[in-house]
Amino acid sequence: MPRLTREEVEHVAYLARLSLTEEEKEMFTEQLNRILEAFAKLQELQTEDVEPLSHVIPLKNVFAEDEGKDWQSLTTEEALANAPEQENNHFVVPRIVED
Amino acid sequence: MSKYLPVVGMEVHAELLTETKMFCRCSTKFGAPPNTQTCPICLGFPGVLPVTNKKAVEFTIMTALALNCEIASYAHFARKNYFYPDLPKNYQISQYELPLGKNGKLEIEVSGRKKDIRIRRVHLEEDTGRLIHIGDKSYIDFNRSGVPLMEIVTEPDINSPEEAKEFLERLRLLLQYLGVCDGKMEEGSLRCEPNISLYDLETNTWGTKVEIKNLGSIRAVGEALEYEINRQLKILEAGGKIEQETRGWNEEKKETFPMRGKEEAHDYRYFPEPDIPPIVVDERWMAEIRRQIPELPAQKEERFVRGMGLSREEAHILIVSLPLAKLFEEAVSQYTEAKKIANWLISDFQGILNTERKSIEEVPFNAQLLVEMLKLLDEGTISIRIAKEIFPEVVLKGKSPKRIVEERGLLQITDEEAIREIVREVIEEEKDAVEQYLKGKEKAIGFLMGQIMRKTKGKANPSLTSRVLKEELEELKR
Ligand SMILES: [Zn+2]
Repeated sequence: MPRLTREEVEHVAYLARLSLTEEEKEMFTEQLNRILEAFAKLQELQTEDVEPLSHVIPLKNVFAEDEGKDWQSLTTEEALANAPEQENNHFVVPRIVED
Repeated sequence: MSKYLPVVGMEVHAELLTETKMFCRCSTKFGAPPNTQTCPICLGFPGVLPVTNKKAVEFTIMTALALNCEIASYAHFARKNYFYPDLPKNYQISQYELPLGKNGKLEIEVSGRKKDIRIRRVHLEEDTGRLIHIGDKSYIDFNRSGVPLMEIVTEPDINSPEEAKEFLERLRLLLQYLGVCDGKMEEGSLRCEPNISLYDLETNTWGTKVEIKNLGSIRAVGEALEYEINRQLKILEAGGKIEQETRGWNEEKKETFPMRGKEEAHDYRYFPEPDIPPIVVDERWMAEIRRQIPELPAQKEERFVRGMGLSREEAHILIVSLPLAKLFEEAVSQYTEAKKIANWLISDFQGILNTERKSIEEVPFNAQLLVEMLKLLDEGTISIRIAKEIFPEVVLKGKSPKRIVEERGLLQITDEEAIREIVREVIEEEKDAVEQYLKGKEKAIGFLMGQIMRKTKGKANPSLTSRVLKEELEELKR
């Protein structure tokens, strides 16, 4: 079983926009590898004739009608209540594209 | 160009015409003030439970059926993980390995040549919020977040900008006929991202794909592809290499540019959406959806030609605009001469719209107004000249032709004695022309007719006037 490298941990952290300290990178490399080992154990099971399972609850086709008259959307104030910054009824974040 | 063949694949996103969003029942209405159509579900709060909009699923299956796709008997949603502030929960609910439809096709026709563009997949997902970048800040409006979005992906079967435009025209028309998307590219309810590479025909090798974004119209798609083909060609001919990248389209400069900033790691770590039970499509449900498919453009064209006696060209002009086709059909249900209606709509009506730069939706015109005018013509109440004169007002103001005619005193003069009086006046005034006519110059009669029409402001009934004029001139010969 190949071990997860420190570089891979850094890559996953980058995708999740997490900045990790050197100690944390060390710690998560170790912990994630232990998780992978646990899954490796599961992979020893014979599952050749078993269909992949995506949901554990035996439900299907749970739908809502396309009807919104009883639905209460939030007011703009409520929607923006947790915004880190707001202006003119918009959520505001640091600029994310260059010119 | 002979050494290289452009290879284009298309990714099209269509906002579905549902009342409510994909997984909550917030309104999807376009143009509302920012952040007035949100709730904890479409703002991605923890602990909420999304519930699938049934109509959005049916719209997607209907479109997939109309595109000749195989329909998945079992499909589920997947989480597409990426970090970007247009998505508050840091993943988009989409579909991955089990799309609702796959392996379809859409036929196009460019300069008389028919060709199938294969459809790889049709799937359903949620739209993202809208971002505006000003100064050093980005502003987010989440009204659009969670609006049902259908994605249609083609195989790379498109080989020219013309084919690309034709494909989009056909697809947009199909979506409009199905009533699943309004197809407004300017408003972003239909978006298209082509990818393009140049295939080397001599060495049989594929080129590097470049994706183009920010295309606000079908015309822009054609222009951007044209530009990109030339750009790539120049690089290759100079011995250079094409970089795999996403490029934006600058509408003012008419050129593509490399898009930076949105660092997209193409590692979305897809996994099945655990909060939403899978979708199972059985035969019965599929048959029910199939029954809801309305008459499609090609069928309508055929019916206009075979059932109503229009020429192929006339029928085609009418069907490529759904509102125009509807106007035509409504008028035909009230007035039997289909050909006459088609003529007025195609040349006069569209001519007025073109001059005024207006769309059908922007004018208060309807089928009843056209029928009313055609009846006035048939009854001889107005002449064709008057009809053409008042038509712009009918179209642009939605005013009743009858009222315009009454108010402006344009009723056709059909009283023989009244006409005879005017004819005699003109004969008296235009002695030279009369002289010439009597000497055998037949053409002079046209001049005299013109003078009579001028005097009556075009209101004299032409056939009656012509008869009376000839009678009076004959009288002079004796
Ligand atoms: Zn909502």
